[in-house]
Amino acid sequence: MRLRTRRDTPGGTLPAILLAGILLAVAACGQGGAGTGRAAARQGEGGGTLTIWTDDKRAPALKAAADRFSKETGVTVKIQTVPGETRQVDFVTASQGGKAPDLVMGAHDWIGNLVRNGAIDPITMTEDQKAAFNSLALKGVTFDGQIYGIPFALENVVLFRNTALAPQAPKSFEELVAAGKRLKSQGKVSEVLAFPVGQNGDAYYGYPLYTAGGGYLFGQADDGDYDPGDLGLAEPGAAEAMENFAKYGEKGEGVLKRSIGTDNVASVFTGGKSAFLVGGPWFISEIQKAGIAYDISPVPGFGDTRAKPFVGVQALFVASKGPSKVLAQEFATNYFAQPDVALAFYRADPRPPALIAAFDEAKTTDQDLPKLLSAGEGGDIMPAIPAMNAVWDPWGKAIAAVVGGADPAGTTQAAAETIRSAIE
Amino acid sequence: MSDTTEISEERASHGPGHRRPRFGLSGGDGTVSTGRLVIRIAVLGVAAALALWAAFPLVNQGNWIGLGILVAVTALLFYIYLSPRVIPAKYLIPGTLFLIAFQVVPVVYTVTTAFTNFGDGHRGTKQEAITAIQDASVRQVPGSTVYVLSIATTGDPVSGDLVFLLTDPGTDASFAGTAGGLRELPAGAVRADPDGKIRQAQGYTVLTIGQAAARSAEIAAFKVPTRAGALYGQGLSRAFEGAPQQTYEAGCDCIRDAASGRTWTADESDGSFADQQGQRLAQGWKVGVGLRNFTDVVTDQEIRSSFLKMLLWNFVFAGGTVLITFALGLLVAITLNRPGMRGQRVYRSLIILPYAMPAVVMLLVWRDMFNTEFGLINRMTGLEVNWFGTPPAAQVAVLLVQLWLGYNYMFLVCTGALQSIPADLTEAASIDGAKPLYAFRTVTFPLLLIALAPLLISSFAFNFNNFAGIYLVSGGGPFPPDNPNAGATDILITYTYRLAFGGAGAQYGFAAAVSVFIFVIVATVSIIGFRRTRSLEEIN
Repeated sequence: MRLRTRRDTPGGTLPAILLAGILLAVAACGQGGAGTGRAAARQGEGGGTLTIWTDDKRAPALKAAADRFSKETGVTVKIQTVPGETRQVDFVTASQGGKAPDLVMGAHDWIGNLVRNGAIDPITMTEDQKAAFNSLALKGVTFDGQIYGIPFALENVVLFRNTALAPQAPKSFEELVAAGKRLKSQGKVSEVLAFPVGQNGDAYYGYPLYTAGGGYLFGQADDGDYDPGDLGLAEPGAAEAMENFAKYGEKGEGVLKRSIGTDNVASVFTGGKSAFLVGGPWFISEIQKAGIAYDISPVPGFGDTRAKPFVGVQALFVASKGPSKVLAQEFATNYFAQPDVALAFYRADPRPPALIAAFDEAKTTDQDLPKLLSAGEGGDIMPAIPAMNAVWDPWGKAIAAVVGGADPAGTTQAAAETIRSAIE
Repeated sequence: MSDTTEISEERASHGPGHRRPRFGLSGGDGTVSTGRLVIRIAVLGVAAALALWAAFPLVNQGNWIGLGILVAVTALLFYIYLSPRVIPAKYLIPGTLFLIAFQVVPVVYTVTTAFTNFGDGHRGTKQEAITAIQDASVRQVPGSTVYVLSIATTGDPVSGDLVFLLTDPGTDASFAGTAGGLRELPAGAVRADPDGKIRQAQGYTVLTIGQAAARSAEIAAFKVPTRAGALYGQGLSRAFEGAPQQTYEAGCDCIRDAASGRTWTADESDGSFADQQGQRLAQGWKVGVGLRNFTDVVTDQEIRSSFLKMLLWNFVFAGGTVLITFALGLLVAITLNRPGMRGQRVYRSLIILPYAMPAVVMLLVWRDMFNTEFGLINRMTGLEVNWFGTPPAAQVAVLLVQLWLGYNYMFLVCTGALQSIPADLTEAASIDGAKPLYAFRTVTFPLLLIALAPLLISSFAFNFNNFAGIYLVSGGGPFPPDNPNAGATDILITYTYRLAFGGAGAQYGFAAAVSVFIFVIVATVSIIGFRRTRSLEEIN
């Protein structure tokens, strides 16, 4: 059917279409309108909202604390999950674009970059509040003499061993290799050790062995801050420390190999191919699922040297440019830093809680916790300075190259030069 | 019937002197179907709704330029779809708008970014950098008291002047802090919780948390001046005495450290505060740097030493990928194109199946399959190739992955193109005595090329920047021990990604400059390619 409209009488149609358009527009904006209404209510007698960015694992655990805050203050708390890989960049971008959340959860080594971009504010704590935290955790969130986050969990690399195959914790790396080789020659395992190297290396896991060999990464000032001008990889001791990767590498003892990386290292251990695994608490659930009897001990050093793992701290940060900074500070210091919240986080993702009271309670039912924590006690806080970002890639590759048989001295030197030029 | 007469009436009225409608729902011929009318109302309604929805945030942010563009675009849309005059524009405008939004704007943004130092530590304005420096340097005065805080006002809870009601937890003394300073309150004038939090005070209205929340920004900026600095609120329940250690001084346009007396002077060409030794403060701001990013790309020692090698491999990778996927895809397409072949559909579906899987996942699966000791490929073939450990093996590996990922697509388009070539052409060739291979080479293949050349060129352009295909599979490796920056399978985009984002922070300005260079290379290759295609068509 065709409708006919007289061209010289268009009068009725234009208003009709405009009206229809406006009606649709209003309908589509119904929700927006309601939002404006809520904003008006907030101006009136309170309410307000607090937005928190976290990961999907911890979001449910955060909900209890958020609910209590809402109940006691009348503030609406919005918990949004943002994937860990992009959360830091997204947060910086959102801060710059005026869309920052009020609080964000992340790793302590973000601090340097977040401070540089003016995205987070220092938090002032009383001495009593500070005393409630594990001192290593507090050290992790301290940057340039200021505390920048509320720590809630610690994490570091440890040595897992299959107790059915290796009942005794090795006291040194040599002992570990001897035990692994014995098992291999008996045909019980096919790998001496499951240690993540990967095709392009992994400096995070390599760090304990490097420090056990006597190397250091960045010099530390008296206040514990890392000095990007003092790069340990460029010092003479570095090559010597890196030689261990050659000694135990593919052309040496064959303990470290590039075919084992972060993506398959756990399966080598859970599949029973190796009695030892160098990894972090994030592997525990996988190991438990595989039904392997395991125990945890520190990553051993060479001879009587100590292997120092990187210690990472998970923390909650207050955004500089969040819309409700005062509420964010209130939530962070008085509602978030509570043992029951820390315990909920621990249950969501088992890592040693940073609050001493929470840790003490959790360890009564979880034997792993004290072992995880003590393995990290001799460790180094992972540097939070932006220069660290320039270290991971070149140094990881240097480790992989040396494991594959490259000359330790020349490779380390080249990595140090690349890092230096990137820092400057 | 009457319908006919009406139409003829309309036709007649199209004569000279007739006033054409300026606006209306009618089409150019003055008629419109109900369906079309409904669609038009719906589409314009949605456009108006979207415009309104986008307008609120723009108004909130005071972004008047953005609002102006929005209004102009919406007005243009309404004009075009309500006016019967601009018929070609009705068809062109959606494509043009999308072209502008998704192609032109990003390109313009990238190019303009290339002329700035935008990146970590250089994101905002100078004022934002100063605020960040000062805020980050506020330290608690050593040995000072941390007070228990209540937020109050002397007037109306919504708009009255703010007051900090404070209790010293050590002495239980109470104070009122205003913008004018601190004043002790008589002991009887306040009623406080056991922990010292003041609930009531004579002459003051204590704000509820909800009321305080509504004035969050005001409270965050509120300070009570003291001799050593100022009292800053920390949340809604504590206040501490702090002082900024680093402050901006407009006189010298510099930042001065109170304790050490060190100064950092603003350097507008670099967007940062630097001291005499050239040491910069971490917080800088975004400035235009002219051509510096471009000259950096050209003069960078690192880039110069490996650029040619990388460019060559980039061409080999992109060209090789197109060549092998096309060759295999065509071969399979011809094989399956035989009329009357049994199971044709099954074969075709099976071949297209991998094409339907997410490429990112498949890339990771392939990476694991190439693992030296645990990978499927070495285990099945009994080889002991360290695929990503030696340059030639790694290059073969990434090409094999691309072959598997890409030939299905080529098979698909070749099948389509083959079926569109008239069978009588090849029949004629065979009647003329041409052998099948000769007929294919001289008749089918040139016709195929004409149809597929644009696709091959775009496939080349895509693979030239196939970031995931390299980054997720080999990571650009293997890397020579003496150069962790340039690997054997690195293409320009993976290499520059590492340079721009692998340093001590993201350097978007620099990355944008490199993108412009890559854009020029790809554009040149594509233009040459299209020219060649046109000459191919002319021959025919």
